[in-house]
Amino acid sequence: MSTTTTRGVAQPAPAKAPPARPRRGLRGNPTFNFWLFTGPFLIGLVIFVFVPIFWSVWLSFFDARYTVTPSRFIGFDNYKQILTNSNFPDSLLTFSVFAAFIVPTTWALSLGLALLVHRLRFMRAFFRSVFFLPTAVSYVAAALIWKMSIFSGVRFGLMNTVLGWFGVENIAYLANPSPPWYWVVIVSLRLWIQSGFYMILFLAALQNIPGELYEAAAIDGAKPGWQTFRYITLPQLRATSTAVILLLLIAAYQAFDEFFNIIGQNATWAQTPLMELYKTALGTSQDYGAGSAGAVILSLLICLVTLIQGKWMGFGRGEEGK
Amino acid sequence: MTTTAPQLGKQRKKGRDVLGNAGLYVAVGIAALLFLIPFYLIVRNALSTDLEITGENWKVLPSFQWGNISELFDDPTVEFGRSMVNSLVVAVSTTLGTLLVCSLAGYGLARIPYKHANKVFYAVLATLMVPTAVTFVPSFVLVSSLGWVDTYRGLIIPGLFSGFTCFLFRQYFLGFPKELEEAARVDGLGYWGAYWRIVVPNSLNFFAAIATITFISAWNSFLWPLVMGQDPSSWTVQIALSSFMTNQTVNFHLIFMAAAISILPLVFVFLFLQRWLVQGIAQTGIKG
Repeated sequence: MSTTTTRGVAQPAPAKAPPARPRRGLRGNPTFNFWLFTGPFLIGLVIFVFVPIFWSVWLSFFDARYTVTPSRFIGFDNYKQILTNSNFPDSLLTFSVFAAFIVPTTWALSLGLALLVHRLRFMRAFFRSVFFLPTAVSYVAAALIWKMSIFSGVRFGLMNTVLGWFGVENIAYLANPSPPWYWVVIVSLRLWIQSGFYMILFLAALQNIPGELYEAAAIDGAKPGWQTFRYITLPQLRATSTAVILLLLIAAYQAFDEFFNIIGQNATWAQTPLMELYKTALGTSQDYGAGSAGAVILSLLICLVTLIQGKWMGFGRGEEGK
Repeated sequence: MTTTAPQLGKQRKKGRDVLGNAGLYVAVGIAALLFLIPFYLIVRNALSTDLEITGENWKVLPSFQWGNISELFDDPTVEFGRSMVNSLVVAVSTTLGTLLVCSLAGYGLARIPYKHANKVFYAVLATLMVPTAVTFVPSFVLVSSLGWVDTYRGLIIPGLFSGFTCFLFRQYFLGFPKELEEAARVDGLGYWGAYWRIVVPNSLNFFAAIATITFISAWNSFLWPLVMGQDPSSWTVQIALSSFMTNQTVNFHLIFMAAAISILPLVFVFLFLQRWLVQGIAQTGIKG
């Protein structure tokens, strides 16, 4: 009981204790322990998060092709270059279109699944698992199934097989950007992977709605079904809905994996912001200056969204947070 | 206090309830089938021959070519086994490292009364504003100048210092019963001793939840390993899959077998740890 630590980290606590707390010495000293606990994390955070950010801000003002220690200061030229070259603005447009598809559909599907599963009496855990399971699948593996099996442009693709039963001609979903069938592929994939995750969030929120509310509503004559949903359930889920929408937006902003694997980086359409950065900084041109400028712009944009959202929604945690 | 679902309000109409229930189960059943289709496809294709996959008529069941497994691992041009090992090393180390570093920091921020703790906490919060994926270019610049490209270090270490995970641990420890720690302190334990002997053993559920989430995201991570893995020997399984897909040098049945095997560890993790995972997401996803 009396000797506490066997690990070496406690060694720096020698018998000589500062006079202020003679009873426990360093072991009970808050300042020492605070840095002992947080030190490793903070050092890592500085090296791997703060240093790269400041380094890239610095790089973004230099001509840094093929080098990360450039010497030629060029002011805002990198920013001008990346903003006037149409690829980067186009990628922001791609993100907007993608978000316009994926955010509402995921919100609706995950809420719908949660409502269904919440009402189940038997096999509830089973169905919850089924909808949640795709969360375990990587975007790469899913992209593979989607591209080479479900939405394969030839007859042996599942979708074209099924459409073939109804006499519909083969559709080349990915070979051709007009009409933009590729959105069906991309959106359905992400919908499949992420809906289960958000369903769990909605399920947790549904369980927290007090049953009295529904009883009271029933007494007041609200019909079960749409009326109860519209006037009890939906308002009670507002905090969760807001948080889910924000999480979905941020996730869409970072979309890379499925676009990279399904559309590919050589296509002229549907390139996301992160793909553009990847091509600029790590492609053939290795332009770290322009890549950094792009990273700075994307970071500022997302900070702005977070801040506006924080002001507007009290940090996205609605009534629950402080 | 009752926690009964909306059902309670409509006990009046038993008959309609039964019908409604049948409808409910039909709807859930159809949705579940749709959600399972991709799993079916991957297993079917993984155990088929190429001809069966690309044949004119849809074959519902494959001919169960178990030999596809050994064919995949024996193919020297693919090095699939190597990429699985890489993924395993990276995912396990990332999980253990993140748990250690972030939980300690979370505890320090939540429980140790240091006068500047709040300022440090704000510095951590600030990093949450920018998702790490957005800053992969600067991270690559740093890690490549350390000479860590194509190494386990480069794949693992930059990912350990997750402000978000630290934040989740802090929130969790804020709610940890103070009495337990105070009892430990009375018994003469310092902060460090109390943490390892009292706090951690009583928080294993939460640790399991964070571990599961971290493991899954480390295993499935794509962008950072893509940036780091210039040489095929350092590819994780996701990069290997991606290269099979884009280069189309590997046969259909092997690609699907590779994808199936890459998913398998996660499906197991998932089935066994789902309880903690669901709990963790429900606890942290919103309140976090």
